[in-house]
Amino acid sequence: MRAGDLLHLASESLLRARLRSTMMLVAMAIGVAAVVVLTSLGEGARRYVTGEFQALGTDLLIVLPGRSETTGVQPGLFAGETPRDLTLGDARALLRIPGIERIAPLVVGSAPVSTAGLTREVPVVGTNSDFYYVRKLSMGQGRFLPQGELERDMAVCVIGSKVAAELFAQRPAVGASVRIGDRRFRVIGVLGDSGRAVGFDLQELVIIPVSSAQQIFNTESLFRILIQAGDHDAIPRTRASVLATIRARHQGEEDVTVITQDAVLATFNRIFTALTLTLAGIASISLAVAGILIMNVMLVAVSQRTAEVGLLKALGARGRQITALFLAEAILLSVAGAFAGLVVGHLANVVIGRVYPALPVGAPMWAVVLAIVIAVASGVVFGLLPARRAARLDPVVALAGRR
Amino acid sequence: MIELRGICRHFQVGDQLVRALDQLSLTIGDGEYVSIMGPSGSGKSTLLNVIGLLDRPSAGRYVLDGRETTGLDDDALADVRARHIGFIFQSFHLVPRLTAFENVELPMVLAGQAPAARRARAGEVLAALSLTDRAHHRPDQLSGGQRQRVAIARAMVMRPTVLLADEPTGNLDHVSGAEVLAALESLNAGGITLLVVTHDDEVAARSRRQVRMRDGRVVHDAPTPGMAT
Repeated sequence: MRAGDLLHLASESLLRARLRSTMMLVAMAIGVAAVVVLTSLGEGARRYVTGEFQALGTDLLIVLPGRSETTGVQPGLFAGETPRDLTLGDARALLRIPGIERIAPLVVGSAPVSTAGLTREVPVVGTNSDFYYVRKLSMGQGRFLPQGELERDMAVCVIGSKVAAELFAQRPAVGASVRIGDRRFRVIGVLGDSGRAVGFDLQELVIIPVSSAQQIFNTESLFRILIQAGDHDAIPRTRASVLATIRARHQGEEDVTVITQDAVLATFNRIFTALTLTLAGIASISLAVAGILIMNVMLVAVSQRTAEVGLLKALGARGRQITALFLAEAILLSVAGAFAGLVVGHLANVVIGRVYPALPVGAPMWAVVLAIVIAVASGVVFGLLPARRAARLDPVVALAGRR
Repeated sequence: MIELRGICRHFQVGDQLVRALDQLSLTIGDGEYVSIMGPSGSGKSTLLNVIGLLDRPSAGRYVLDGRETTGLDDDALADVRARHIGFIFQSFHLVPRLTAFENVELPMVLAGQAPAARRARAGEVLAALSLTDRAHHRPDQLSGGQRQRVAIARAMVMRPTVLLADEPTGNLDHVSGAEVLAALESLNAGGITLLVVTHDDEVAARSRRQVRMRDGRVVHDAPTPGMAT
């Protein structure tokens, strides 16, 4: 039998059994669409998060006090392992390492910020002018913290746009004075829209010089130090230098953790890839279910068409030809279903993209290929049993219409 | 030439052995017109199925056109069926979703013939059975007589040497039945061997040789009285 005739006969019988074919098509389409949409979401989340991190710059190092390895044990039980604080002195020492372009020490706390009778509890970040570059901020109005010695205590602050709206409403914020804790600061700038920070909203922050923050929160220690290396390739070397410098200053103990942006990125990549794979696995179950449905319906079709199988045998059809005919029907259906599913999945992605513009949805190529391969494979696998059953029918019994 | 020697066909039904064909021997020459009669269960349909290579005898030899068929495998049997044997059924067995033309084309499609050759041959056979204007109707748009003539066209399209008809007029009224028989007889006149299984004495009376069966054996085999063989 010619391939064209085979396809023609198979599609003819599918078109005649319209309801049956439609049901199978829908089942397969749902399976494929599920794979496409779920993997798109997983992949979109991954790309969103890695995009956010990449926007921070991959040449970023973060120094945290404490060793991340010593987890699960109550600190203090082991004398000598209690981490020393990071101090401004450490930050200044780090700045002397060649290859380090910018250093932004951070002190983070929460303090009441008030002006003209309005008070608001706001997260306060103490840092220096380099923070502006490290976090790729922009200014809405005014300017950022001025450059200067780390220890210089200036009574100026930069506020996020939400804070500005809450405290000043329509009045101009720049030049006004606010009270943070028990000290007065002059507002010199309002943050613009750009700039990224994972985990908190920059526009709800108040930024003040680091030494002022240390005084307000009455602490010597830093929350962390952000370091921008000049060159992405220099990061491993810079990391080693940072650790060496800190060890030298902390009596030989390596009691800080240095995270590179690359490592964070890789971790998130791994997590989200695993998530996407999990989603793909879940969606694949629906493909398998669709395959089983195809098998069921094909079995019914075979028993409805026993007389036809008997006739084909009487007309000289070989067993293989009858297998091919029923298999072609199953494969046609699953291919059509896969195609419909791709279209539906793509439309769903477009809709999701409209609703959540921040999420870069789009099915990864491997998921699309996987969905099609699984759909067609399940057509073959689950179509084979009914097709073989048809081919094995005894022509005499089949022609008599009995089973 | 159909030569059956000592053909047995036994079925196991429950714990009982049914001898549908019991040591049956029969020779049918090329171009003969034979009717096979007998009560229900006498084995006449089984005989037709054995001759048509749809059923394998439990014992005995069957030589078709000089070729021993008993040792052939399923694929070889299918090929012999395709080239040598045409079937006509009581219930027509047309594929309902295909047009008359496509039904007639079907054996050639299965044989893998080229579309152009198929179209020419199918058109020719349909014309011979005066079905040209019905070619693109589906079976449910055709009368019973027309359906059976489509089935005859389909049986003829591969130019078989033997035409096997199982109660070809059983589902037809008198007029359509006569038309169908006339069509079969004209094919027989063209040289094809025609076997008709029937209950109907009138149908049997038109054949040139009558075979009667009972309990899987031939009990009567003679030329139809008043007919030249």
